[in-house]
Amino acid sequence: MELFDLTIKEARDGLLKKKFSSRELVSACLDRIKKLEPKLNAFITVCEKEAREQTQIADKKMRDLGDMGDTRELFVRYPLLGIPISVKDNYCTKGIKTTAASHVLMNYIPPYDATVVKRLKEAGTIILGKTNMDAWAHGSSTETSDFFTTRNPWDLTRLPGGSSGGSAASVAAAETIAAVGSETAGSIRQPSAWCGVVGFKPTYGRVSRYGLIAMASSLDCPGPITKTVEDAAIILQTIAGWDSCDATTSPKQVPDFLRIIRNGVRGIKIGIPQKYFSVAETEVAKKVDEAVKILERLGAEIKEISLFDPKYAIAVYTILQRSEVSSNLARYDGIRFGFGRERFADEARRRIMLGTYYLSAGYYEAYYLKAQKVRTIILEDFEQVFKGIDVIVGPTSPSAALSVGSSKNDPMFGEMADVLVEPSTIAGLPGLNLSCGFTKDGLPVGMQIIGPQFSEELLFRVGYAYEQETQWYKMKPKL
Amino acid sequence: MTNKPNMSKKTYLPIIGLEVHVELETNSKMFCGCSADYFGHEPNTHCCPVCLGLPGALPVPNKKAVEWCVMLGLALNCQIPEVSKFDRKNYFYPDLPKGYQISQYDNPLCINGWVKMKNKQSLISDEIEKRKMKNDNEKSKNDAGKTVRIRRVHMEEDTGKLIHTKERTLIDFNRSGVPLVEIVTEPDIHSAQEAKVFLQKLQQIIRYLGISDCDMEKGSMRCEPNISVREIKNQKSSFGKLRIMLSKVEASKIKTNDELPPYKVEIKNINSFKFVEKAIAYEIGRQEELLSREGFVRQETRGFDPQKGVTLPQRGKEAAADYRYFPEPDIPPIRINKLQISNIKLQIPELPDKKLSRFIKEYGLSEYDTGILTETRETADYYEEVVRKAQTLDSGNLEDSRNLGWIKTIANWIINKKVDIDKVLPKELVKMIVQKSQIRNISQEELEKAVVKVLTDNPKAVGDYKSGKAQALMFLVGQVMKQVKGSADPKLIAKLLNEKIKKKNEK
Repeated sequence: MELFDLTIKEARDGLLKKKFSSRELVSACLDRIKKLEPKLNAFITVCEKEAREQTQIADKKMRDLGDMGDTRELFVRYPLLGIPISVKDNYCTKGIKTTAASHVLMNYIPPYDATVVKRLKEAGTIILGKTNMDAWAHGSSTETSDFFTTRNPWDLTRLPGGSSGGSAASVAAAETIAAVGSETAGSIRQPSAWCGVVGFKPTYGRVSRYGLIAMASSLDCPGPITKTVEDAAIILQTIAGWDSCDATTSPKQVPDFLRIIRNGVRGIKIGIPQKYFSVAETEVAKKVDEAVKILERLGAEIKEISLFDPKYAIAVYTILQRSEVSSNLARYDGIRFGFGRERFADEARRRIMLGTYYLSAGYYEAYYLKAQKVRTIILEDFEQVFKGIDVIVGPTSPSAALSVGSSKNDPMFGEMADVLVEPSTIAGLPGLNLSCGFTKDGLPVGMQIIGPQFSEELLFRVGYAYEQETQWYKMKPKL
Repeated sequence: MTNKPNMSKKTYLPIIGLEVHVELETNSKMFCGCSADYFGHEPNTHCCPVCLGLPGALPVPNKKAVEWCVMLGLALNCQIPEVSKFDRKNYFYPDLPKGYQISQYDNPLCINGWVKMKNKQSLISDEIEKRKMKNDNEKSKNDAGKTVRIRRVHMEEDTGKLIHTKERTLIDFNRSGVPLVEIVTEPDIHSAQEAKVFLQKLQQIIRYLGISDCDMEKGSMRCEPNISVREIKNQKSSFGKLRIMLSKVEASKIKTNDELPPYKVEIKNINSFKFVEKAIAYEIGRQEELLSREGFVRQETRGFDPQKGVTLPQRGKEAAADYRYFPEPDIPPIRINKLQISNIKLQIPELPDKKLSRFIKEYGLSEYDTGILTETRETADYYEEVVRKAQTLDSGNLEDSRNLGWIKTIANWIINKKVDIDKVLPKELVKMIVQKSQIRNISQEELEKAVVKVLTDNPKAVGDYKSGKAQALMFLVGQVMKQVKGSADPKLIAKLLNEKIKKKNEK
């Protein structure tokens, strides 16, 4: 196995046992990036120089302490020491260009680190680069990036999904050991499903948004994109928790996400919403169905449940998200940083106009206020359902990866691609995507596990049990 | 023109509501840790990603500012709803870095309060000279006392500051995000003078709370009056009725809305109490003239030109911006429980009205004197401290007739500004009063005792004096003064000393 193929857990093990150095690990990833980027386009910025400098610090730490003995102790303090990671380009990185894949910010270098980035750095990670995305995270294809389209590692004629398409593709193509993305509605789970990797969207408020370029503030959520469920838990452990810089973070204690991860699914009640399956393409629904059967075989209790038709969530989400976008993008006036408004591309313009309309005097009550009310009803619907079950399992996306060009001329492309993640998103619930097989064309199919707020532990546990049983994560795209 | 309105003898009632902005003197800004003390600092040195509105930055509300806003609301007799929230007010202006201002829309921190203005307030706040000139007649006419209802008090953030030079416009973001409280009154004010009196009262209360210096010239207090005038058709009934209604404390029950004119004019750019009065007076006159000549006044925003003393059109209010308010998603709603409210109440110091009546009762001073002494919390505190110091010196109590003399004398010293209270410590003032006014004339017996003691203790000086050294007497006088703590006339001491020395010689 090549070094770039390693999971976080394997890489950490190797570093600990001195099988290789951080320098070698990072070099392997950088070489891989050099080789694959011309056809993949997952990165907007590769921080080769900074990354190589950081390996020297990490390796020195390990050397110094190694001589004295307890390197294991070092990994308690720096749980991700020397591990390379890619970061979606909407996280502010001090001194490193941060564009949100928009021409407006194409020369913007932030003076500060996002809390997620700060915590990753403090844990010892090494940032390889900033990954491509739909501009301002507006989309589910990475096709609306103002720079270029990222390709799906499983089929270069197809889309990686989005908006965290660059992060998902970089993990799937093993250009990196792990990545962080961000989700407003599906932007972690959907590209993870299309690229066949693990994507975790935490409970809203579990992870700080400080320094994440805002899309829809009441929904935005940072989260990991990794090769395995356990890796996702490791990253979330590092980035989760209350932040004095984000008033919407929860003061709740962050549990040890790995504590019960190996406890299996015996006795766990899994709800199956038939409507979610009927929205999906037959081949996708079938794969997820098989996965449910495996979970049942492993001891889970399967129950049919009825949730609201996801189409209501699309309407609510569209109104809330466009409204918040119209306000959040107002600061890009070209006065203090970046370029002027004329550089906003069509998708951003559409959202600004629509959101401005929704919030206008006389329309606010009819749209925004009503959407908030329906949002509460959807939240209550989930709460009701979770009284009888522990988690919900369903398809992540209605389809496997679509062809490059599919999102063009379809302003609602994203909403349709995200129909199955939007209800849980507007309820602020956590969700985990992981692979559950492949279509006959060899494209990965993702299933999602949704739980009540702050049930991250449980989602990792269910996901881990399934992953250990099926080991789909061992399948690699040929590149 | 046959339909020309009758211009003869129409009477109008000005209807005025005020929007007052006050910057809070918290250490840090409203939503970040930057220093809120921006005045006179190098531009753009008090900023961070949050108050610059950089991508990804998030606001975290300043707890102290929220508490102070509630404190002000309580001091203005407001109700504090259990749940409040912040909203975004969206508009574009170069001094507004986020493209929206974080403010409060439909759930302000404080609602439905009132301020009672004793009209003496206006007199006290004026210059002493001016006050003295007012005749009793006018005084009693203004003495009715009046209640202005407070519609709401809410919390928001200040904007940056534009600096216009000949070639370009520069932006200073030091002020961006400074905590700003907005106080909105009901349209209960009916003259320019009343508006000024209300503002002075509000300023006094806020300064008492110690939450802002409320300096209109510096911009830490700003006022935007909304003015309209209504014709009084049946002067007797309608005007009289309104007066009675508004004099009631529980004015919130009154429905005045149906009596409001169909327009209002907002005036901006006013930076002193004097200009508030001038601008409103000018505007009332302008509107009255328009109404009687043309029958209507256009709703608009006007700016005050202090040089010309006139208001000039700024922008039509019918085309006013749609602020697209919506709940600020970055800040969860604020819940304030009863315990928190009572804790904040405990922090409210004795307010001017209470202090005034206590001073009258406790010190037996006139209302007029008390008004001046309680004009600022500092003066009132200073006065009470001097009284305390004088008491310990006297080891007497307030009932003592001599103490009553003290209380009045101290009050006079402060009222007549014989002393700079910022420079003279209370105990020093006591000393000064002792020396100058000789309230504490020591008895002849005590003085003689001191003289004898000094003579016995200083034989050398006595000898020197006897042998013709005149300065030696000065030394001895000084020693006696020391003994009696300065409470005797030096000439008298010298006389006594001479007598004693002579007597001694004669013996």
